[in-house]
Amino acid sequence: MIDLILEPMNYLFMRKALIASLLISMTCSSLGVHVVHRRMAFLGDAIAHTTLPGLVIAWLNRWSLFFGALVAAVLTAVGIGWISRRERIREDTAIGVLFSGMFALGVVLISRTKSYRDFSHMLFGNVLGVSNESLVGILIVTLIVFVGLGLLSKELMLTAVDPLHAEVIGLSAEKTRSILLVLMALTIVTAIQAVGVVLTSAMLVTPAATAVILTSRLRRQMLLSVVLSSFASVSGLYSSYYFGISAGGAIVLVCTGCFCCTFLIQSVLRRRVH
Amino acid sequence: METSLNSRRNEEAHSDYCGHNENCEPRFPYGGRGHRDPVAGTPAIAVCGLSARYPSAIRNALTSVSITVNRGERMALLGANGAGKSTLLKAIAGLVVPLEGDIRLLGNPVGACHHRTVYLPQKSSIDWKFPMTVTELVMTGRYVHLGWFVRPRKDDYTLVSAAIERLGITRFSDARIGELSGGQQQRVLLARALVQGAEILLLDEPLNAVDEETRSIVDDVLAAEANRGCAVLLATHDTGSLTESFDRVIGMSDGRVIYNEVPSAIRGATEAEESEFSHVRKLLAFRGQG
Repeated sequence: MIDLILEPMNYLFMRKALIASLLISMTCSSLGVHVVHRRMAFLGDAIAHTTLPGLVIAWLNRWSLFFGALVAAVLTAVGIGWISRRERIREDTAIGVLFSGMFALGVVLISRTKSYRDFSHMLFGNVLGVSNESLVGILIVTLIVFVGLGLLSKELMLTAVDPLHAEVIGLSAEKTRSILLVLMALTIVTAIQAVGVVLTSAMLVTPAATAVILTSRLRRQMLLSVVLSSFASVSGLYSSYYFGISAGGAIVLVCTGCFCCTFLIQSVLRRRVH
Repeated sequence: METSLNSRRNEEAHSDYCGHNENCEPRFPYGGRGHRDPVAGTPAIAVCGLSARYPSAIRNALTSVSITVNRGERMALLGANGAGKSTLLKAIAGLVVPLEGDIRLLGNPVGACHHRTVYLPQKSSIDWKFPMTVTELVMTGRYVHLGWFVRPRKDDYTLVSAAIERLGITRFSDARIGELSGGQQQRVLLARALVQGAEILLLDEPLNAVDEETRSIVDDVLAAEANRGCAVLLATHDTGSLTESFDRVIGMSDGRVIYNEVPSAIRGATEAEESEFSHVRKLLAFRGQG
């Protein structure tokens, strides 16, 4: 049994993948609790998808993929805010428009290169191929997100529960949301390396949604979400190693499995109580 | 003489609630706004010729509104839905930008002494499903004194416990805010207002759909706060306790002030004034039938 656990760790790429996926899952899940409570799950999905043109442009020009994706993510977040500020268009509509538009731009840019294979790691992630530089980038983002969430915990809580009181005491709910969006963009851009553009929102939302079902306290939800996503990362990576399946897909499937089990068990327990 | 007495009572009230008497100003205040002292001899709230309009609206929500609320005074805002009561409270709280006119709070412009102003919104504007306990929500009243990056300290928790006890919700202190009844939610919001130690209380229909016990507690707390020198401006539909609970009543209709009287004057209005006070009379009659 111990051999089964230790064997993959003989390989450097697996050790790096484990560290990267653990850091990414911890960052995504702790931020994800705020995303779930603020009903920003769709926004997270949109930001993840809209990084595609940024990634492709950066790849074609041999720029940093990280910054290509980050610029696209921040532009999306700003664009959604700008469009939905006009009262006629609601935020979910603005997200829908930019989400599909930017993703389509990415697809068109990829089609110009005539090679979909080169971009498959962007779409579905490649945590097994994470480089040292990427690992350092992921570590820095993890630190930024954790420090940010720690320092701003009371402001994030207040602007979520009672934005009017926040405004009256001089705390801008809009600015706090913007800070959260920047943290989200940073997190999503790093998570893309593990699970890709298509599955990133699952890392952000699914462990947090599972934790919300299990406990009603914010701090416990964050802690539980981190534990669940770490478990999903480790078990997903090992599944990938032993069954030869996609690591990103396996991680997300474990997350989804945890959510489904929790949801079903809770539904059954509730029925029994009633 | 009375003003200086009120001013002293204000300072005492502020010191009692503010746990950090020596230096109340946070190191990193929200919005970069420092705390400014009240201007001596000025009313708590002075609104002059205020007009306001929401961005998508074609007509004004408030038109040439002028009111004054003195320190230690309890003022009721009466009017039908859409009369402009909530907009007036929001404008005083700094949530609605005026088209024209001037608002002074303790002699300062809106936002200059925001730690001295508390606004209790209608319950519907709060996300009661958020995973937060009663203690945590009441603690948000201390945030204006803490500012960015500073966590609540022991004396903040002491103030929160005292306010929770005063509002009779100690047994719910660890409960989730989503588990509370409407009346309990209102008491939690009032407890939050108390821990802020504000001198201007703006309350938007806190007596709507609450039980008798909560109504009586809210009345007692507001009376005590007024005695300490706080100014209370409260929007309400409830005309049953106007005489006992308020010093003056402002009637609003269509974004304008249509009367500003002591409660007894409204009850004793002459026939000639009937049309002016028709809204209040209808409400009183309705209540009498009930």
